[in-house]
Amino acid sequence: MKIAYYPGCTLNTVAKGFDTSARESAVLLGFELKELNQWNCCGAAFPLTPDNVIGLTAPTKVLVNARKEGDTVTTLCSVCYNVLKRTNKVVRDDKEKRGVVNSFIEEEYDGGLNVIHFLEVLRDKVGFEKVKGAVKRSLKGVKAGAYYGCMLLRPFEDIGIDKAEGPTIFEDLLKALGCETVEFPNKIECCGAHLAMGNEAVVTKLSGNVLNSAKNRGAEIIVTSCPLCQYNLENSQKKLAEGSGNLQMPILYFTQLLGLALGQDEGSLGLEKNLFDVRPMLKVRGI
Amino acid sequence: MPRIGVFVCQCGTNIASTVDTKKVADEMSKIPGVVYTGDYKFMCSAPGQDNLKEIVKQHKLDGVIVSACSPHMHEKTFRKACEAAGLNPYKCEITNIREQCSWVHHDPTKATGTAKSIDLTRMTIERLKKNRSLSKIKIPIKKKALVIGGGIAGIQAALDIADGGRQVILVEREPSIGGNMAKLSETFPTMDCSQCIMTPKMVEASLHENIKILTWSEVEKVDGYIGNFTVQIRKKARYVNEDLCNGCGLCIEKCPFKAKSEFEMGMSQRKVIYTPFPQAVPNIPVIDAPNCPKIQKDKCGTCAIVCGPKCIDFKQQDTVITEDVGAIVVATGYQLMPNERFGEYGYGKIKDVISGLQFERLASASGPTGGEIKRPSDGKTPKNVVFIQCVGSRDEKKGVSYCSKICCMYTAKHTMLYKHKVHDGQSYVFYMDIRAGGKRYEEFVRRAIEHDGAMYLRGRVSRVYEKDGKVIVQGADTLSGNQVEIEADMVVLATAIVSREGADTVAQKLGIGYDKYKFYNEYHPKLKPVETVTAGIFLAGTCMGPMDIPDSVSMGSAAASKVLALFSNDQMAREPITSVVNRNTCNACWDCVVACPYTAIEKEEVKNRQGAVIRMLARVNEGVCQGCGVCVAACRSKSIDLRGYTDEQVYAALAAF
Repeated sequence: MKIAYYPGCTLNTVAKGFDTSARESAVLLGFELKELNQWNCCGAAFPLTPDNVIGLTAPTKVLVNARKEGDTVTTLCSVCYNVLKRTNKVVRDDKEKRGVVNSFIEEEYDGGLNVIHFLEVLRDKVGFEKVKGAVKRSLKGVKAGAYYGCMLLRPFEDIGIDKAEGPTIFEDLLKALGCETVEFPNKIECCGAHLAMGNEAVVTKLSGNVLNSAKNRGAEIIVTSCPLCQYNLENSQKKLAEGSGNLQMPILYFTQLLGLALGQDEGSLGLEKNLFDVRPMLKVRGI
Repeated sequence: MPRIGVFVCQCGTNIASTVDTKKVADEMSKIPGVVYTGDYKFMCSAPGQDNLKEIVKQHKLDGVIVSACSPHMHEKTFRKACEAAGLNPYKCEITNIREQCSWVHHDPTKATGTAKSIDLTRMTIERLKKNRSLSKIKIPIKKKALVIGGGIAGIQAALDIADGGRQVILVEREPSIGGNMAKLSETFPTMDCSQCIMTPKMVEASLHENIKILTWSEVEKVDGYIGNFTVQIRKKARYVNEDLCNGCGLCIEKCPFKAKSEFEMGMSQRKVIYTPFPQAVPNIPVIDAPNCPKIQKDKCGTCAIVCGPKCIDFKQQDTVITEDVGAIVVATGYQLMPNERFGEYGYGKIKDVISGLQFERLASASGPTGGEIKRPSDGKTPKNVVFIQCVGSRDEKKGVSYCSKICCMYTAKHTMLYKHKVHDGQSYVFYMDIRAGGKRYEEFVRRAIEHDGAMYLRGRVSRVYEKDGKVIVQGADTLSGNQVEIEADMVVLATAIVSREGADTVAQKLGIGYDKYKFYNEYHPKLKPVETVTAGIFLAGTCMGPMDIPDSVSMGSAAASKVLALFSNDQMAREPITSVVNRNTCNACWDCVVACPYTAIEKEEVKNRQGAVIRMLARVNEGVCQGCGVCVAACRSKSIDLRGYTDEQVYAALAAF
């Protein structure tokens, strides 16, 4: 099985471990993530004003290139996924906007592509049972908090990867890897997102809420699918350490855990890039 | 040769300013069969009508055309005038030259004025030449009513009809009448105890000589039409002989098994043989068959052993009874939207998040806590209570787009009840707007805020979760622009009112309309609020939309007055505009039966002298037919015609154009 894969800018730069761990896990599970021959930035934000069509051109360009390689494209970053999936829906359903966008980028794209997240590939195309069967190094006893954030789930009617309130796709994967999942109230709350650039205090507060609520329910690590969430959750711990608490909470991409469990070489997981290394904890557990 | 008179109305200047009415009249006089023409300033005025009657007699007219406004306005007026002058009213026809000619434009030279008026009037003349005399249809009326639903609206309707001297059958699907109102603690805005005002009504209904109450029963099938409905009612097996039971309650006392109480909204247990609440009417228990070990596995049977009058019957089966009634009042009520739909509020996962109706039971003196406010998880008295309004209401995405109307008021009431019972408690209310339209309603909400210290926060709640025995409520206060987090002990959701489960199947049985939320449609939202499109079926209470107790009671009484007005005559006269089948050419293909939206067409058997069926024919039930004409279009052998709108009439009019 080959699936067209859109990495996105962040996975090519600061979140390289997210990219490499996913590619190698795919191989271990018996399929290939085939990077698009040509791709550009997704735009990094879905335009929220209904009359902003220019914001749709960059993601449509990505979709056009992906369509050339098949009927399905997958991606890892929650933001890219959100932007591409919603853009695809607009281009498919809104004839007028489709016309404008197409004439602007000089392409003929009809929205015929199926945009799915790598989590959906694992759930629907591979199956969590099969993932479970392929585990070589069970993460037994690791208490993991699955943090969804916003972009992976909302808006529900456009994304629909899982229930908007009370989703379980992440937990189902983590359980297959042997983890003990921790249910915490803030698992679908915002981390502060782009306010990291202008209003760090808000990010520290919101990410702090996420971290504390997971910690209070007993989580040892937090797992995410979004580079921005990962950054905010790590970085706000620096700020928090200056004040009230030093959490020392490792924040991992789910593919890093997947790679670990499937017995991937640790060198290609990018674990050393994480602010708090998970490996000492695993060592203590004898994993 | 016919003798037709044409009267052209000027309608003051409404018609005359753009239509030359004199010219229209003069043109008509050239048509063969027209013996009188004239125009007049106001045909509908008393002198105008007198003039018409005079001319009908003087010229011995056998047909009248009034070219005036829409027939919706004055067809009845002029037909009555013709009838008074000795003419068959259906020999009077209206041409609409106001809405369709003069009002369309301001320019008298336009062809849509005078020229179109002439065309339309000429067409009507040719149509009228083919009119036949018709007479009104008389329908007998069975003077007995059926009321479906024994909540406050249904009880009120039943009592009013019964007080008017007519028989009523009151059908309720629960074991007792009383409905949702019986569950309430106190009622806004006067804070009188719901039980205290409800139970006398329930008892009055049960003792009334003209009311027959059938509880634990459901309407199964409805046939017939206004004045002549035949209704089948399923009496579900109660396993208790209603004639023998004296309501002593010993069986309930001795029953060793328990199940969740529906009446207490699952907050306490009841016995498996039970009455829903102590004041139940009738005071006859029912056995909860799925939970009864005797019925399921033939074990136990304690109730039958202790019962003095020996009225327990484990072998009892459902029975279906048939009743003939002349009118039906539908008062099937409401239910709350399932709260589990709103994951962010944690209902069902967090024990101390409850619904408004559950709070009513907590506050009720006869409720599971004896009227003390205690939270479900640990029975402690909550010191901080958050009330969340508009849970599902005014929320097109996750709930319903309409406002549930009563929640602002009952939430204010809840905060007051809470404060009166827990003096050191603090209540918080998250709201969108406060809608307190009603007599003494706004004052009531102000009292909750100013006198009883309820903290009103305008904004929505984003998440509710548990932390160290508290219920944390995160929300926004949009007036101060701040996010707020309240450590509450209990949360009460003001959940949207929705139609009863199965409301659509009931409507289909009755042949009445409902909207996308399965609330029943009134005939006209302003002028016919309790009628339905099906003659003889009336609505009362929350089955047609959210409303409070005063409105439900008013509607119950209004529906009753409609029923009593219908029953005040022995026969009912109705317009003869119905379809008629040509018995010679009908070939019984039943396309008309399928097409008819009112199920007015029956299959008739034609028998020979030996009683053998030799032919089948379609027959129109004149009591049900609404004269819509769908069957006429559907009939392939052209065997159906619509009286007053026959093919012959329509073709004649078209030929004159």
